[in-house]
Amino acid sequence: MDSEKTSNSRTGERHEGSSGPVVSRKHPQGEPVMEVEDLNMYYGSFKALSDVSIEIARNRVTALIGPSGCGKSTFIRSLNRMHEIVPGARVEGMVTLDGEDIYARDVDPVRVRRRVGMVFQKPNPFPTMSIYDNVIAGLKLGRRRKKSELDGIVEHTLKQAALWDEVRNKLKDSGTSLSGGQQQRLCIARTLAMEPEVILMDEPASALDPVSTQKIEDTMDQLKENYTVVIVTHNMQQAARISDYTGFFFIEEMGAPGRLWEFDETEKMFSNPDRKETEDYVTGRFG
Amino acid sequence: MNGLTRPVSGHLRRRKLMDRTMTAVAYLCAALAIIPLTWIVVYVLIQGLGAWNVRFFTQLPTTFEAGGVRSGIFGTLEVVGLSILIGVPMGVMAGIFLAEYGSNVLGAIIRFTADTMSGVPSIVVGLFVYGLIVLNTGGAYSAVAGAFALAILMIPVITRTTEEIIRLVPASIREASLALGVPRWKTILRVVVPTALSGIVTGIFLAVARVAGETAPLIMTIFGTTAPISKNIFDGPTTTLSLLIYQLGGASFPEVVKVAWGGALLLILVIFGLSILARVLFGGGGTKF
Ligand SMILES: Nc1ncnc2c1ncn2[C@@H]1O[C@H](COP(=O)(O)OP(=O)(O)OP(=O)(O)O)[C@@H](O)[C@H]1O
Ligand SMILES: [Mg+2]
Repeated sequence: MDSEKTSNSRTGERHEGSSGPVVSRKHPQGEPVMEVEDLNMYYGSFKALSDVSIEIARNRVTALIGPSGCGKSTFIRSLNRMHEIVPGARVEGMVTLDGEDIYARDVDPVRVRRRVGMVFQKPNPFPTMSIYDNVIAGLKLGRRRKKSELDGIVEHTLKQAALWDEVRNKLKDSGTSLSGGQQQRLCIARTLAMEPEVILMDEPASALDPVSTQKIEDTMDQLKENYTVVIVTHNMQQAARISDYTGFFFIEEMGAPGRLWEFDETEKMFSNPDRKETEDYVTGRFG
Repeated sequence: MNGLTRPVSGHLRRRKLMDRTMTAVAYLCAALAIIPLTWIVVYVLIQGLGAWNVRFFTQLPTTFEAGGVRSGIFGTLEVVGLSILIGVPMGVMAGIFLAEYGSNVLGAIIRFTADTMSGVPSIVVGLFVYGLIVLNTGGAYSAVAGAFALAILMIPVITRTTEEIIRLVPASIREASLALGVPRWKTILRVVVPTALSGIVTGIFLAVARVAGETAPLIMTIFGTTAPISKNIFDGPTTTLSLLIYQLGGASFPEVVKVAWGGALLLILVIFGLSILARVLFGGGGTKF
């Protein structure tokens, strides 16, 4: 009741839902690592995303929130061209990484994915590989490295992913022998081993118990120092806790494309957002 | 009044009786289906075991007195082994192609061809290889010609099982590899195929078990002989257990027919062994994802 009133009293200074494409957008401080300009995405003839423009701040955590089906996963996949696996999926617009257009004609998606890694919703370790081999899977499939060098990378990245103490004595065990939460941290370690500039995470903790979730959040706090993280989450507390910037995706009606409705510093998005839908969503009134 | 605890009515009693009758009929049919198989196995066992002795395994066959099947054992190993060398790589690669790149017209054509090929009678395959290889090499029967015929029978089976098993590999595992910046072809070779490997090998075992007993196409390609088998795999007749069963089984001396029974037992055991090994080693064709 109370929040309803506050919301009404502030309506005057807000863009209303009907204002459509007018999107509150804030430029993060500093030089962004990735920039997205007027991005549209399609699955065949279905337009899933419309006019998304956003900047991803370097060495910060950017959270993406929004109701189910509004295109968060679709968007995050456009950042490392993972949508290209889906037949018929295509992108219009511009996405740059350190100023380079990742959709330019001569850019190899494989190279983009080396620099922009991804962690998925469901833990997906390679079932035929040991824990050790899972961590270095990406490296092994690249150039040859010395055993001692690999050992160092395995230990370092497992420590970064807060998994080392739990697996140090069973590195030769199968990756799938771990618990769901451990598997997800193994997948994070596997991504870190590639030393990407940006790590994309699509609901990395949604399939996990609270303790594992906590561990993954702690991991992310540490990662911030060296990496840029973009995380999709349905958990408002998680977004508020771990992110510096938050983007709210929204879909006006069934069948319409999703849009980036509002983007700002997390603090502002959760305390005093510009748009009514954002406030309704972050306070849990719908979605 | 509760519908579930209603007293047993005539209607319900009839239904229960029907249920019991159908169950009994199903059991009876299952038993009837097992009888011929058991009968064959027991009969071959009784007839064949008596033929097994040192001579059986070490001597050459003859059609007028009790001999052995040494040449048939080696010939089977040789011809089936060669057919594996030819058929397995082609079948597995075609299966990988269909699963990974086969969602187009070319894929549909290959799939249709493979399905049709697996329905072609094996004698027709034998005739085909006879025309293609034997006649074109001056009428030379050879182990390689036989291996080709068996490979042709084997390939469609391996292709389709490989394709199906590879399709079962979860998309999430493929995605994981691609997201690490591993190129598509390396993802297939180093992640997808190893994940599906046990299933693929099971398919190979079953395909090999199927061709190991083939006879008709071999008559037209390796000819079958009671003489020592040719040392040259490209030239000269050889024989297999299946061909010896055919030749010796029709002989007019009972002691020769007995050797054929011994060969039949050996062949059945090899084929059963392959099938059972495939299931034991790889858990009923299951693949560990
Ligand atoms: N492979 C696909 N083929 C066709 N349409 C798709 C595909 N994937 C997603 N879509 C559609 O695109 C829209 C956005 O989906 P997306 O998965 O990006 O939503 P989301 O915000 O991630 O939702 P959630 O919170 O449930 O994960 C939806 O309407 C969905 O039906
Ligand atoms: Mg999603």
